[in-house]
Parts: sequence; structure tokens; C-alpha cells
Amino acid sequence: MSDVVTVNHAPTAKQSGQVVKALEASANRVDWANHLFKYLFMLSAFIGVFSVGLIGYFLIKEGMPALSYAGVTNFVFGMEWVPPVLFGIAPMIVASLISALGAVVIGVPVALLTAIFLAEVAPKRVADVVRPAVELLAGIPSVVYGFFGLVIIVPMVEKVFNIPAGNTLMAAIIVLAVMILPTVIAISETALRAVPRSYKEGSLALGASPMFTIFKVLLPAARSGILAGVVLGIARAIGETMAIIMVMGNSPAMPRHLLDSARSLTANIAMEMAYATGLHSSALYTTGIVLLVFVMVLNATLLYLNREKAR
Amino acid sequence: MNKFDVKDLNLYYGENHALKGINLPIPERKVTALIGPSGCGKSTLLRTLNRMNDLIENVKITGNVSLDGNDIYQERNVGGLRMKVGMVFQKPNPFPMSIYENVAYGLRAQGIRDKKVIDEAVENALRGAALWDEVSDRLDGHAFGLSGGQQQRLCIARAIAIQPEVILMDEPTSALDPIATHKIEELMEELRKDYTIVIVTHSMNQAKRISDKTAVFWMGELVEHGETAQIFNSPQDERTKGYVNGDFG
Amino acid sequence: MRRTIEDRIALSLIWGGASLTIIFLVWMLWHILANGLSYVDWTFISANYSVTDKENSGIWPMIVSTIYMVILSIAIAAPIGIMTALFLTEYAKPGSKVVKVIRFCTESLAGIPSIIYGLFGMTFFVVTLGLGFSILSGALTLTILILPVIIRTTEEALIAVPLAYREGSYGLGASKIYTIWRVILPSAMPGIITSVILSTGRVIGESAPVFLTAGMVARIPDSVLDSGRTLTVHLYKLTTELYTVHDWNQAYATATVLIVLVLAINLVTKLIGRRLNKATY
Repeated sequence: MSDVVTVNHAPTAKQSGQVVKALEASANRVDWANHLFKYLFMLSAFIGVFSVGLIGYFLIKEGMPALSYAGVTNFVFGMEWVPPVLFGIAPMIVASLISALGAVVIGVPVALLTAIFLAEVAPKRVADVVRPAVELLAGIPSVVYGFFGLVIIVPMVEKVFNIPAGNTLMAAIIVLAVMILPTVIAISETALRAVPRSYKEGSLALGASPMFTIFKVLLPAARSGILAGVVLGIARAIGETMAIIMVMGNSPAMPRHLLDSARSLTANIAMEMAYATGLHSSALYTTGIVLLVFVMVLNATLLYLNREKAR
Repeated sequence: MNKFDVKDLNLYYGENHALKGINLPIPERKVTALIGPSGCGKSTLLRTLNRMNDLIENVKITGNVSLDGNDIYQERNVGGLRMKVGMVFQKPNPFPMSIYENVAYGLRAQGIRDKKVIDEAVENALRGAALWDEVSDRLDGHAFGLSGGQQQRLCIARAIAIQPEVILMDEPTSALDPIATHKIEELMEELRKDYTIVIVTHSMNQAKRISDKTAVFWMGELVEHGETAQIFNSPQDERTKGYVNGDFG
Repeated sequence: MRRTIEDRIALSLIWGGASLTIIFLVWMLWHILANGLSYVDWTFISANYSVTDKENSGIWPMIVSTIYMVILSIAIAAPIGIMTALFLTEYAKPGSKVVKVIRFCTESLAGIPSIIYGLFGMTFFVVTLGLGFSILSGALTLTILILPVIIRTTEEALIAVPLAYREGSYGLGASKIYTIWRVILPSAMPGIITSVILSTGRVIGESAPVFLTAGMVARIPDSVLDSGRTLTVHLYKLTTELYTVHDWNQAYATATVLIVLVLAINLVTKLIGRRLNKATY
């Protein structure tokens, strides 16, 4: 072990012979453990990389047959889902997008106001109650949201709009709006708090009211952070599965309006995967690929927003 | 005899040229003080002596630093080097564990497990750092329960427990009150008999009181070095004159 | 004068928005707990699930499956996640290509919808590796799903460990692994525990990737290679067959148990957070 240099201890006074001897003996140790662990840690770090690759590989491998059978155009723009003959997922794409956008339209204003409340308005003791409540909202399992939607929101939609079945896009939008609240609130609050104090003080010093300052100075300054929160909210809504299955009716036909039953991309996979075989099963993987493409577009947007924020 | 020999040493933090062509001998079993205004490179030089700069990204070093005639930047066993060249930091930084475990840390890190050896080393080190009498009855107490001055002496004990030959001190008293500072300086009077000490200090009085040799730094350059008395009484360089007279920072 | 009225409207909007958030949470919790709490008794917790005798049916098998799922996935994911975080903070050069690749992939994993994990787990663990619909397949799938949470939270905890501890240790000639083991990991422990608890919450809460990989058999699994139904999957299953009053009670009671679990997890996280704040002075 030529790379180990012996440590010669000069005979200084303080330590006794046996301590010095023990130290000298230890100095000749080869520290193999250090190298072993370094490579073990590196190996672990690559499990995540490996997983991403594996997920991509299997999605594409399994999804290819249906895609080449139907063709990209027929698959993405096809209106009919009649496995194993017709694989058109346009209705699901529309349902996923409309439900996510609807959730944003309803959820984001509420989330933004709550974020402003937490960052600027709330007395500390109130904030100390509201913030954990928002965190709790984030921790509630999606089946519980779905269950609540099923027993409360769906009958409510039935009654209010006087329709025979409340399992509709509308019900899904309401449930998703609540589900994205914690994400949007947390990120918007962080963005609001990151606005330099001087902006606020400058505005207040000019005689602007606190509310004017919040809406005309703080909100614009926190714009890119808030947008990032909204994008993450959309991603969460598009990726949501169980809660939607439980409240949206899951009809594979193209929804004509918000009070129609509809099936999201995620629901399509979850409902049929357990029994699908052959081309049908492949078409569900292709549905997964389309879903992933949407999420990737959102993530790219997020990356772009973060870059803008950094600048 | 020189313990360290620093030759043509340049150090860069990225683009920043932090040490410029330093040549400095550091004699054995003497106290060498490194002084100069903030940011002059004195702490940086101290950290080249036990390769503590290795922990920082983007550091480039040219020239050489030898310990007992061997270039320490050729040495592959950095751990062994740091055992020989102990270090005490500006702010006391005991580990979040008991007093005993703090002192035993360096020994355990070398794989020493014999309880008898460790017990003995801990007691010797604490005595050596003039802390034994204050803590012998509470060795299992948490190190954070000690006062700032005691914590710093604990860090000294921790360093001498592994029998170093050199102790580097990076402004060891700057975070302490005058009484604690006085105790550490007294302790250094004892330590200088057995160890080579290199101390970075902000206080010219401290340098005068405790050091044999003084080196003055100025914007990354070594301006002047020599016997402490000579540096303070008849400095050769204008910048040294200004600094020791308190004209600059 | 005009400004004051506008201000008042703005202020009441803000209070209104926050109230709406809270009202929704309270409404949901109240509705489920009020309808479910009275059916959560010892029989419900400890009895086997029965389709024929709904009145005395319980959720014991689902509790066992959920516990298996949590223990197994945490036991696999925590070491991997902690070691990854250690590699990123203590070993890798910050900003290097390796770090960028690992970080990009970890973030990508965090962004993938959970149903995709279900798809992947089903092809890879269930079919390709031949593990079948089993607790193990489910746990391995959830391992990848919670990995980003553990890595990120642990990384934050590691970064928060004072540089002075590292310097002190390296200054004594200690090796990297010894420094990590004796100083860095103990100091980061509260953060690491938080990450484990957060992931426990994720594992308990997930459903779509679970039933696609672990199946939904409603009995106590014989081994990790046996299929099992977790509490969330059970609640989903129950809602698809709500016919009699007992069905409803079962569903409410199961939802209640889930909510109590989530409350407990949040509480524990808060307590650890508070201790952490006290410890750093």
C-alpha cells in the first residue's frame, strides 16, 4: 500500500506511550471503507437515473404497437375509443385539459387570496392555524377527496343544475380546484415573501395603501413564482387519477359541455389496465405517453419560469 | 530548524489571486503570528498548512509547502497530515456530543477502540488544555453546556488528543471575552513548549504578547516577517509601519 | 374616500379567500368524521373483511397490507434516498455534469403522475421481474415514487449541517465516511426523520399505482409476494358498491381511519419541526 504515508510522531510530551503507539498503528491503516462507501453512494444516486430511463423505455416499448397500429393522428385526434379496434383518445385529452383548466380558474383565485392572506394580512396567531390547515389539505389522500366529492359534490351538482347524474366534468373541476389549493398556496406564499422588503416599503412610503401595495406592487413582482405555482397546480390536476374516477362518470365519449360525463387520460389507464390485453393494453401505455408529454411540457414551462425568476 | 517551509506559494479562488508568491519559513516549537488587515490572506495561508483549502471548490495552488522537508501537496494521506497538523477555529466548534466524545473523536476516527487508551488520552488532552479540573466530574455532559472559552479549550484538547506536532489557530480568541482570552493565552504559553504554533490574529497586542515570530500580510502578499520584537519596534516596510501603528484596518 | 372602499373590498376578498380554503377543509373533515367516527370501533379495526356480513366486517387485512407497504417501501427507499443525498452533498462536485444528471432525473421522477408509476410497476415488477401482483411489487413501485421526497428533504437537512462541524472533523484527520457517520448524519437526523414521515404519508395516501401493482385481494397477505389491498384502495373499492346502509358506514369509517392517520402524521411532523427549531440556536 505504497500510497499510505507513515505518520511519525515526534516525541512531544503530552501523550503517553500507549496512546502514541495506538495512533502510530492506526496511521498505517488502509482506508478501504472510504472508497467503498463513495462508490456505494454513487451507485445509489444512479438508481433514480436508472429508474427514469427504465420508465421511459417501458412506456415507449409497450406503447409502440398501438401507436403504429392507429397512427399518431388517429390516436391523438380520434374521437372513438372502442378497444381493440378504435383507439381515439381525443375525448380524454379534452376532458383532462378542461378539468385541469377549470380547476385552475376556480382554485387559483382562492389560492392566491389565501397566499396573500398568509404572507401579508394574517395576524401571526391566525396564520399559525391556517398554514397547518393548508398542509393538512395537501396530505389528505386523493381517494378521500374522491369520496367526499362523490357523497357531497356530485349530489350537489345534480341538485343545483337539475340533471339526472352529477358525475360530470363540473364535479371533477370542483374537487380538483380544492386539491390544487395547497400546491398553489404554498408556492405563491413563498414567491410573495421573496419580494424584496424595499419594494413594499417604497410603495407604502409614497402613501399607497397596503392593499394597493399588495395588488399593484407585490403581486406583479412575485408574478413568475406565482405562475410556477399555477403550472404545478395544473400538473397536479392533470396527473390526478382516483379522485377523478370517483366523480367524473368516466364515459369515453367526447363531453359536449361541463355537465357531461367524461373520462380523463389517467382514468382511462386506471380503469382498463387491470384487464386489458394485447393492443388494448398497449393503447393504455400510449395514453400514458400522451399524459407524460403534457406533464413534460408543463415542466419545461416551469424550468423556463424559474430561469426567468433567477434573472 | 524550520517546521514548515512555504516557497513561492500562489493560491487562487477561481479568478481571485488570494496569495501572491509567499515565501515563509515557520520555525519549530515557536509561536508564529500571522497578522494583517481583513482579507489580506493570513487565514488562507494558515489553511494551506493542513490543506483545509481542499474542502473549498475552485481553489488552485502553485508553489510548495513542505513539512519537515516533505511537500504536503504531494502527500496522499491528507488525514495523516491533518493529524500531524491540528487546527483550532475562529468560533469554538465542538461537535454536538459529550465532552468525552469530543476529545475521543480524533482517536476513534483512527479506529482506536481500546477504552483504556482512549480514557488515558482524553484525560491527558484535557489536562494539556487546562480544562481537566473544570470538567473531570462531567465528562458525559454535552459539550454545548460549556462556556465559550471552555468550548475553545475543549477544541484545543480535541486537537492535542491525537498528538499533533503543529497547532494552527485561526483567531482562536476573537469570539471570546477578555478573561477567556487570557486563559487561552496562558495555555498557549504551556503549549509552545511542545508544539509548533501558527496563529492568525486580529489583535496586534496578542501577537506582541505571545509570538516569537511575526509575518505581516497585505492584500495577498507577505510584506515582512521576522522576530516579533523587530517587526513591532522597527518595521522596515511602510505598510507594516502603518498597520502596527493602527493606521489601517 | 374612494380608496378606503376599494381597500375594504380587497381586504374582505383576502379574508374571504382564506376562509373558503379553511371552510372546505373543515367541511370535508367534519362531514367524514361525523358520519364515520361512530362506526370505528374495535370490531371494525380488528375484524376481517366480509362481503356477506357487512355489519361485522372490518378492515384488519387492509391495515396489515398498508403497514407492510409502508415498512417495505420505506426500508428500501430511505437508505437509497439518504445515500443519494449524501453523494450529492458530500461527494459530488457541485454543478458538475453528474450532479446535473442526477438532479434532473430526481426532479423528473417527482413530476411523473402516479398512474404512470402504476403502469411501469405493472410491466416491470409484476410482469418482467415476475413478482406478480404483490406487496413487494407495490412497495418497489412506491419506492421510486417516494425517492424524490426523501432525497430532497434529506439533502436540505444535510446542507443545513454547519460547515464548522465538517471542518472540525476533517481538521482532526477524520475520513469522510467517519465524519458523515459520527457528525453529519446525527446532526441531520431530525430532517431525515421528517422525510421518512412525509414519505409514509405518501405511501399511505397513494392508490392508483398500488392497485395496479399489489392488486386488491382483501385478506391478510401471507407474505410480501402475496397480493394485498391497502386502506386507500379499499375505500375506492367500497365506493364502487355503495348499496346498503352498511356499505356507507364502512366507507365513512374507512375514510375516517385514513383522515386520523393523516392528522397523526401531520402532528408528528410538526412536533419534530418544532424540536428542530429549538435545537438550532
